[in-house]
Amino acid sequence: MPRLSPDARHTVRVTVNGRALEGEAEPRMLLTDFLRHKLGLTGTHVGCEHGVCGACTIQIDGAPARACLTLAVQADGADIRTVEGLAPEPGRLSILQEAFRRHHALQCGFCTAGILMSLNWYLARTPDPSEVELREFLSGHICRCTGYVPIVAAALDAAQRLRETGEQR
Amino acid sequence: MNWVGQSIERVEDAALLTGRGRYIDDLAAPPGCLHAAVLRSPHPHAAIRAIDVSAARAAKGVAAVITADDVTQFGAPLLAGVKANIRCWPIAVERVRYVGEPVAVVIAADRYLAEDALELIAVDYAPLPITLRPADALKPDSAVLHEGLGSNIASDRSFRYGDPAGAFARAAHRVSVKVDYPRNSCTPIETYGLIADYDPGEDAYDMLATFQGPFSIHAVLARALKVPGNRLRLRTPPDSGGSFGVKQGIFPYIALMGIAARVAGRPVKWIEDRLEHLAASVSATNRMITLEAAVEADGRITALAWDQVEDVGAHIRAPEPATLYRMHGNLTGAYDIANVSVRNRVVMTNKTPTGLNRGFGGPQVYYALERMMQRIAVELQLDPLNVIRRNLVPSGVFPFRTATGGLLDSGDYPAAVQQAIDEGGLAELRARQQQARAEGRLYGVGMTAVVEPSVSNMGYITTVLTPAERRKAGPKNGAQATATISLDPGGAVTVHVSSVPQGQGHRTVVAQIVADAFGLRPSDIRVITEMDTARDAWSIASGNYASRFAPAVGGAVQLACERIREKLARAAAAQLNVPADEIEFAASRVRARGNPDNALPFARLAATAHWAPGTLADDDQALRETVFWTPPQLTAPTEEDGINSSLCHGFIFDFCGLEVDRITGAVRIDKYVTMHDCGRVLHPGMVAGQVAGGFAQALGAALYEAYVYADDGSFISGTLADYLMPTSAEVPAPLILHFESPSPFTPLGAKGVGEGNCMSTPVCIANAVADALGVKELDLPLTPAKLAALVHAA
Repeated sequence: MPRLSPDARHTVRVTVNGRALEGEAEPRMLLTDFLRHKLGLTGTHVGCEHGVCGACTIQIDGAPARACLTLAVQADGADIRTVEGLAPEPGRLSILQEAFRRHHALQCGFCTAGILMSLNWYLARTPDPSEVELREFLSGHICRCTGYVPIVAAALDAAQRLRETGEQR
Repeated sequence: MNWVGQSIERVEDAALLTGRGRYIDDLAAPPGCLHAAVLRSPHPHAAIRAIDVSAARAAKGVAAVITADDVTQFGAPLLAGVKANIRCWPIAVERVRYVGEPVAVVIAADRYLAEDALELIAVDYAPLPITLRPADALKPDSAVLHEGLGSNIASDRSFRYGDPAGAFARAAHRVSVKVDYPRNSCTPIETYGLIADYDPGEDAYDMLATFQGPFSIHAVLARALKVPGNRLRLRTPPDSGGSFGVKQGIFPYIALMGIAARVAGRPVKWIEDRLEHLAASVSATNRMITLEAAVEADGRITALAWDQVEDVGAHIRAPEPATLYRMHGNLTGAYDIANVSVRNRVVMTNKTPTGLNRGFGGPQVYYALERMMQRIAVELQLDPLNVIRRNLVPSGVFPFRTATGGLLDSGDYPAAVQQAIDEGGLAELRARQQQARAEGRLYGVGMTAVVEPSVSNMGYITTVLTPAERRKAGPKNGAQATATISLDPGGAVTVHVSSVPQGQGHRTVVAQIVADAFGLRPSDIRVITEMDTARDAWSIASGNYASRFAPAVGGAVQLACERIREKLARAAAAQLNVPADEIEFAASRVRARGNPDNALPFARLAATAHWAPGTLADDDQALRETVFWTPPQLTAPTEEDGINSSLCHGFIFDFCGLEVDRITGAVRIDKYVTMHDCGRVLHPGMVAGQVAGGFAQALGAALYEAYVYADDGSFISGTLADYLMPTSAEVPAPLILHFESPSPFTPLGAKGVGEGNCMSTPVCIANAVADALGVKELDLPLTPAKLAALVHAA
């Protein structure tokens, strides 16, 4: 573990959505601030900065994580995936994103990025979840707009389509 | 086939799903922009003896430290709706009155450095005695928050409609309930945020903020910043991370940070953090209610007597005490009750000031009214469904004037109730209850009937003034909605509405309405919803509150379409050689009815006024139309204090079955049915989203959520681990039913639908819990600990 000086800025090198990026960060800078304000990836949202709401959820080295509970310097060398990396190409949505749009599974959209990043990971590992399992898994996220009903419906629909098409990730 | 009425995919979603939303904190800050952090009071009530900011001013990266001295130099107090000798500033002046009240603002190169410097500010506080509960605020010896007021009672008004005293004297029974309604908030996941700028050369403020309206607040802010309205440019970002009323409460920070930018000489950005939001943004009011009913032996109510003590916290911030008066026209709910007395008091306590929150006054009023309906059934040994039915406004009497002056626009309440119990399976639910009880389980059934008001009368708040005070101030009434439709030189259609959506999909619904009017596809229409008071059409009622989008803004869009269509039809008539009234708009063409080959492309006709205005009469130049629409039914309060507080009144009938765990006290919702009559449905998917979303927030208010203050005035719900909002594991899917009675008062027949479940659901659940446990008094939230104590005491 390298020792970092609190007053110095350190170069943080990360791979985000397949691209090598780097920026300067003081040791205390949160990964949310680094992604949003240093790298310009504002799709990851900040809702509470204490790890409860789930809006900032990203994938770090293949596992979902709260970016607000992670320091930027901790992510040095990590492979990061954010909501900006979910769509297969500009103007097209992934199967999961399409299901969210079809089911009206978002209203203000502020919590949505975190939910998508969690579900993207979960459905790859649990291709055929029950509604109860899905609701339990999603309980790490707070949505204030939808009442969760359409989110659950979209996730179940996406799971089925993913099973049928065999699309990865 | 119409686009309106279809659940088309939202135009908003592709950007939001791919991380391309443009929320306030995503927007580029202007060059040289600095960042603000706010020092807040740790005391509920204290005199500020001295503030030493010298060390903070000298700290790394700090450009300025703003205190009350700056705010009182460059600003003026925030005006409120009551005539009381209170001065409300956006920062503590000489005294702090709640935990979390701003005391100083540090402006620094980044937020981290600004927060560092907060720790270097030394404030010398002299703690004062506190007044925390509304019952305490009524006492003559309570610690007074505002010395100019002399007490903690800011308003005390009594009203009488019909002959309540006579009805009570004649009544066979009197039934009463007491309610201590708690504080809570709909708590959007995005917090407040703004970017402030001041131009000394023009003495003008440019404020980009997550404000949601009403824009009556613009007038309050211009006064507070001591500039005419045309020197306060107030803008909103393209996207919002939810509001539910709450982001109206950012307005004191707009004044505060405007002055901070002025003092710092640079643009200033401020993003509220979650701890600030929970402690000090805004809260719904807590309210102490005593409600009494005069009741005949068959359950028929002949009079109501309301006594409401509204706790607005430490300051009365505009538009308060509006929470107390929004329901005034529908204080009799869904019922035909001719005689009503009301006493309304507004009190001040050492808690965060209150403001808009989804439901706005409805949760408090209906909790008391519908708990009372359940108590009438229990005390008179009647079926609660029959008590509701006996008192419902009958079929065939609409529009119906209520005792307190409301005008219920349309509906058939008994028919909607019948449909709900048939389609929702009330009989089956009662059978399940019988079986559960036979097995010794604590199973209850609750129900509630509610009138959901929408499109607020901007004059209802003046009901707090006496008729003499109103005569002096001049009449206030109405609710202007605006829509602007532009045709560009290529014939493409752009629409602007000043509705400031916070996730409700307004751009999609406006596109549907306009597509129907012009025979186009929704994807042909571009809709702009961000607001700029310097450029856009707007008025005091603009914004996103009181469920006004579908009925009022959607209606204004429809009227603007009709105006443009008339002009285009006349232009087309000349070219197609048919009378204008035989012109129709369909399939992206403008054509002669009955002869579709005699047609023009819509785009070509729509571009005519740009390229060939000389071929058109002056009245037929179709370039841009702005419609301001205000409904004539929204009149000022009468001399007798009658007030039609809202234009539309939807109807809701809910029932549910639930079980209370004998050991833990936890509530499990077995089934929840919610019947809505919101008039014409413009987009079924969005209506379902509003109902399910409101239901989830209401479930939180019913079972988990409360802003809790300890007896010493400290705030103990300061994180999301303390303020518990329901997740997917706690919220069941309600069964949503519809009954459609178009409003005769709105151009599209639509009514609001977004707030109803926040009014109906908390008390429906409470009625079921009361039924399960056989208890009389029951206050929210119905936490496991509270219910377990009731079970174990029984």
